[in-house]
Amino acid sequence: MRQRALKWLDERLDLGGIRGFIAEKTVPVQRHEVWYYFGGLTLFLFMVQVATGILLVLYYRPSAEEAYESVQFIVAEVEFGWLIRNVHSWSANLLMATVFIHLFSVLLLKSYRKPRELTWLTGVALLFLMLAFGFSGYLLPWNELAFFATKVGTGIAGAVPVAGTFLMRLLRGGDEVTGATLSRFYGLHVAILPAVTTALVALHLLLVQRQGMSVSLKDEHRARAGVPIPQRPFFPNFILRDVMLWYIAVGVLAALAAFYPWELGRKADPFAPVPAGIRPEWYFLAMFHTLKLLPNHVLGMEGERLGVMAFGAAAAFLLLVPFLDRRASRGEDSPLFTVIAVGGLLYLVVFTVIGYVAA
Amino acid sequence: MSVPEIGKGAPATPDVDGRRRAFLDAVLAFGFVSTAIAIVYPVSRYLVPPESEEPATASVVAGKLSTLAVNSGVIFRFGSKAGLVLRTPEGEVRAFNATCTHLDCTVQYKAETSQIWCPCHNGFYDLAGNVTSGPPPRPLERFAVNLRGEPGDEDIVVSRA
Repeated sequence: MRQRALKWLDERLDLGGIRGFIAEKTVPVQRHEVWYYFGGLTLFLFMVQVATGILLVLYYRPSAEEAYESVQFIVAEVEFGWLIRNVHSWSANLLMATVFIHLFSVLLLKSYRKPRELTWLTGVALLFLMLAFGFSGYLLPWNELAFFATKVGTGIAGAVPVAGTFLMRLLRGGDEVTGATLSRFYGLHVAILPAVTTALVALHLLLVQRQGMSVSLKDEHRARAGVPIPQRPFFPNFILRDVMLWYIAVGVLAALAAFYPWELGRKADPFAPVPAGIRPEWYFLAMFHTLKLLPNHVLGMEGERLGVMAFGAAAAFLLLVPFLDRRASRGEDSPLFTVIAVGGLLYLVVFTVIGYVAA
Repeated sequence: MSVPEIGKGAPATPDVDGRRRAFLDAVLAFGFVSTAIAIVYPVSRYLVPPESEEPATASVVAGKLSTLAVNSGVIFRFGSKAGLVLRTPEGEVRAFNATCTHLDCTVQYKAETSQIWCPCHNGFYDLAGNVTSGPPPRPLERFAVNLRGEPGDEDIVVSRA
């Protein structure tokens, strides 16, 4: 039966080529291999987000009057609605964590170096998209915390030089955070971002596939000296390891969703006093805390504006790393960029922790 | 005799290896099937909308008698459904469930012919709610009508018969 079905498909699609390709594809075995699984894990969590997100859309209502109530309905009335919503929230947070692990492992292993500059560019763009997903999704339950965090967050966009006010109004869909902002964020979250992300993920994977997995500089040197890099078959050996990790991720997600549900909080009220302890999601905390520490005027410029410009410069620097790190591109060690990466990592960790403790 | 390392050395005997493989296959299959059920079951339950607690509307005020002209009808809200209250050419007030029994469109009063008409598929009912022509399979559900209040200022009270 199975043989006949395969034969039927084969006659029409000529699967021999694909089968041969899968059978022959190998991935390098190396000391830092564990880090290579985080890209795949991120992809898996993204698929979980797509699946649970589609389910949530079936009951969610994107308006200031109904959003909060509809989420309440999902978690309280719909069977297993609590599970779907909690898996979506937890998966989003784990996804941000794996994105950052993936980012820093690629940075520290210098995998961005020639010829993988384009893979890096799409990867950094995906990082920004994930942050946009997180920022827009946070508002959708329309609760107090999310409402004020979005007010602050979009207010920060207002500090961008020259185009600040324009940007802020563009994000908010008006002068204030209102139901219009919710509609906008909803459209962004369920239509625009998924479309762009899907295209970029496809490109990112295509590039990884086309160029093969990178090897560390050390292994590359060894290979040049004639020591072959041991290889592992992609199928089934590598895929099985990947799937095993995804399987564990499903278990972790289910456990987190069941034992640590996300609070819904109180419905947003624009005219209520701001509750104490307003803070963004943890992946924005380092930025948030940095802005809080800046004095109100630095070098005759508003502190906030300076901070936003610095973040913009950091983002541009991150994007351009493969073009700035000439040594790595030539296949040489580049300790400077290791120091920069470690410094960046330390900054993020320390400021996130301080931001968490201070709030 | 040395024990072969799992997955590395040659099998001790083909038979032992075959049984071990079959056992592992069964365990793995059981695990995957259980996982699939643990995902498919909640999702399928999630897709079924929960029963909405529809307040069992017993009676509503459909409007003032003074505003309902002879040989006319209006749609009013009866709980979550639409109702049709009408005044016959003789001046009698009647009320029906306005949901057409054919395919759930909302019927309306047709003054020209003094009939109840469903525009979706051109179904006609008489003023007692019985089908006179068109596709509707059953008569309209009729509600009880009572007038309440001072003469000249009566409310039309519609209740489920």
